[in-house]
Amino acid sequence: MTSADMGKAKSGSLYAPRKTIYPKEVEGEFRRIKWWLLAFTLSVYYLLPFVRWDRGPDAPSQAVLVDFLHRRFYFFFIEIWPQEVYYLTGLLILAALTLFLMNALAGRIWCGYLCPQTVWTDLYLSAERWIEGDARERARKDAGPRTAKIWREKIAKHALWLLIAWWTGGAWVLYFADAPTLVYALATFQPGISEAYIWIGILTFTTYMLAGHMREQVCLYMCPWPRIQAALTDEYALNVTYRYDRGEPRMSLKQASALRLAGAPAGDCVDCGQCVAVCPTGVDIRKGASLGCVQCGLCIDACDAVMAKIGRSARLIAYDTQMNCERRRKGEAPVYKPLRARTIIYAALIVAIAGLMSAKLATREDARLSVLHDRNPLAVTLADGSIRNAYTIRFANMSAEPRRFLLETSGVEGAEVEIVGVEPDAEGRMIVGVGADQTRETRVLVTWRGARRAKGQTPILFTSKELESDASVTMRDVFVTP
Amino acid sequence: MSTRQAHSDAARIDPHSKTRTTGHEWDGIEELDTPLPRWWVITFYATILWSIGYFLAYPALPTLSGGTQGLIGWHSRASVARDMEQLSEIRGPVLERLANAPLEEIEARPQLLSAVRALGAAAFANNCAGCHGAGAQGAKGYPNLNDDDWLWGGKLADIRRTIEHGVRWDADKETRSETMPAFGRDGMLDAKQISIVADQVRAMAKLPGGIATAQGAKLFDDNCSVCHGVDGKGNHDMGAPNLTDALWLFGSDKETISSRIANGGGGVMPAWKDRLDEPTIKALTIYVHTLGGGE
Repeated sequence: MTSADMGKAKSGSLYAPRKTIYPKEVEGEFRRIKWWLLAFTLSVYYLLPFVRWDRGPDAPSQAVLVDFLHRRFYFFFIEIWPQEVYYLTGLLILAALTLFLMNALAGRIWCGYLCPQTVWTDLYLSAERWIEGDARERARKDAGPRTAKIWREKIAKHALWLLIAWWTGGAWVLYFADAPTLVYALATFQPGISEAYIWIGILTFTTYMLAGHMREQVCLYMCPWPRIQAALTDEYALNVTYRYDRGEPRMSLKQASALRLAGAPAGDCVDCGQCVAVCPTGVDIRKGASLGCVQCGLCIDACDAVMAKIGRSARLIAYDTQMNCERRRKGEAPVYKPLRARTIIYAALIVAIAGLMSAKLATREDARLSVLHDRNPLAVTLADGSIRNAYTIRFANMSAEPRRFLLETSGVEGAEVEIVGVEPDAEGRMIVGVGADQTRETRVLVTWRGARRAKGQTPILFTSKELESDASVTMRDVFVTP
Repeated sequence: MSTRQAHSDAARIDPHSKTRTTGHEWDGIEELDTPLPRWWVITFYATILWSIGYFLAYPALPTLSGGTQGLIGWHSRASVARDMEQLSEIRGPVLERLANAPLEEIEARPQLLSAVRALGAAAFANNCAGCHGAGAQGAKGYPNLNDDDWLWGGKLADIRRTIEHGVRWDADKETRSETMPAFGRDGMLDAKQISIVADQVRAMAKLPGGIATAQGAKLFDDNCSVCHGVDGKGNHDMGAPNLTDALWLFGSDKETISSRIANGGGGVMPAWKDRLDEPTIKALTIYVHTLGGGE
């Protein structure tokens, strides 16, 4: 169904029935790229949870793990705490910009090659072909009487689809718990993992529905990207384009040969319909750019095969622009401009943000200090007239070993500093021990017992020094005198 | 330029898209009447069906004496109870350690201390903040629990007893019941004497304008020193505040002090022994003690 076809309802009907699409199998350059990408992306998805990464005895050894229970995200050498969720924001910004850049260069290639909807639909289509045969056969079976064989095939197909869907959901939950342990627990029906079953159920349902049944309907009606994409593109972005300057007027091979012999112009398109037959979204690319086109290039493969057979040159359909077709028709040279303002800006932004994030990651401190001044009361007057301020100070030890931190203050010289529950050592130092990969919250009291201070705020610095390495973190706050 | 809306009998088939138009037209721009995909509409009906099922399964319809109960027997109170049960399961080990630990040892055990302070902070917000304030900062007549000035003592055992039995809370036999007499109202001192004692007290506290006199000293000795001490430093057993320090529960101006002498009495705090369980009282004791003023 193309965007133009969408509205071809019978007069008066508010609802358009769905036209079943039977995409024909095709071989060629772009199909090969799609197979490789499919194998690569699915392997990453299904196998990544099993990759191990040694982080020492107290941390999980799974390379990629979202540990909701302990509020940690692990990605190979990176460990992210909840307060560092901006890394995720950065990744999402990078993903969006990469999508924009891909779009500026070659339209919706994300849709055609990498989108999970496309990848899983491709996988489901090949399962369908394997069991029920290629497009023409499936169309014939659907139109004809339902024999026992057809029923058997249908049951086998749906069973296989459900199996893939279940596997997809099963792989999903492995990102949230230790994969081998969970696989064992699932395989032996251990109790207490109902959440895993629920998520597998949800993912099984969505995968089966979206890749098995909804397919191109997702791209046509549900996905926001085609609409957003249309607002982001320009005339230089490459799209799968029917080169009508070369193809038109279309006519049978016989007619075309006759005309060419007579020295008259004839189009290369022989109207064989192969481009439409292989299209997974049912588009006729010859009608021009379309909402339904996911830029997968399968029509290019189909057309190239036909062109080879009839002895015409390949790429009657190609990644090209409307503008170039027009230029060629007028006898002008085609223009390709991959380097233009928007691609340069997107690329620069990607480099800048990726650089910023890498720099931040490379210099990530594994010890932190947070200081929170009591808000209410801001200051306490003691019986002897001394002034006390209380702070909640949290020491974060983001390393794999337990560590000891020495708390020092400066700014209000001569003030007494005490940590509730921590006895100063023989030298009067206040040392706070924090377990591996943990934080410890302490209440710190700063008391001024000297001469009457002027009303107002004085800056005060809290420094946490790691005893062994002497690395330190300093936070600034204020001492309030009422 | 005029904006007009044509009648719907102007509907036609758009030659380019082959789609019907709605017949609406604005300055030459027409609206296509593209039909929805049928599955989309089916999804809409499916949500309606779902809502009916939901309506039957869960409590939904209010009646005069309550409401429909739902077929699966779900109840919000039961749900809360289950959540609370899960919570106490999670807290179980901490509460057990709290129950077993002597009050005096908790502050020396960092992990237990931070758990107990968290428990105490929550209990304080629920039960105590109403009078003592969210940060225990107090108010006029309600003691600030962050400072080191205690009416009834700031040791762990003192704090615990005050929480358990309250202050001047008649329903509890062990409550802290000592009360300042109403020297003026009950005719023990006349207005002039009260003024002299007030001046004397302000002088003892080294407040500007305080006047120490021989008569004042004698009046203080005769009437006040029993509870507040000869030197005015107060007495935790009597709940008698230290009159020589920098902190004044009701205020340090002469009028306020005179009024306190004339009318006596004092604040009231409920007894919590029967309203809070043992671990909560323990946690509150630790929390208040570690606010900074604990003795």
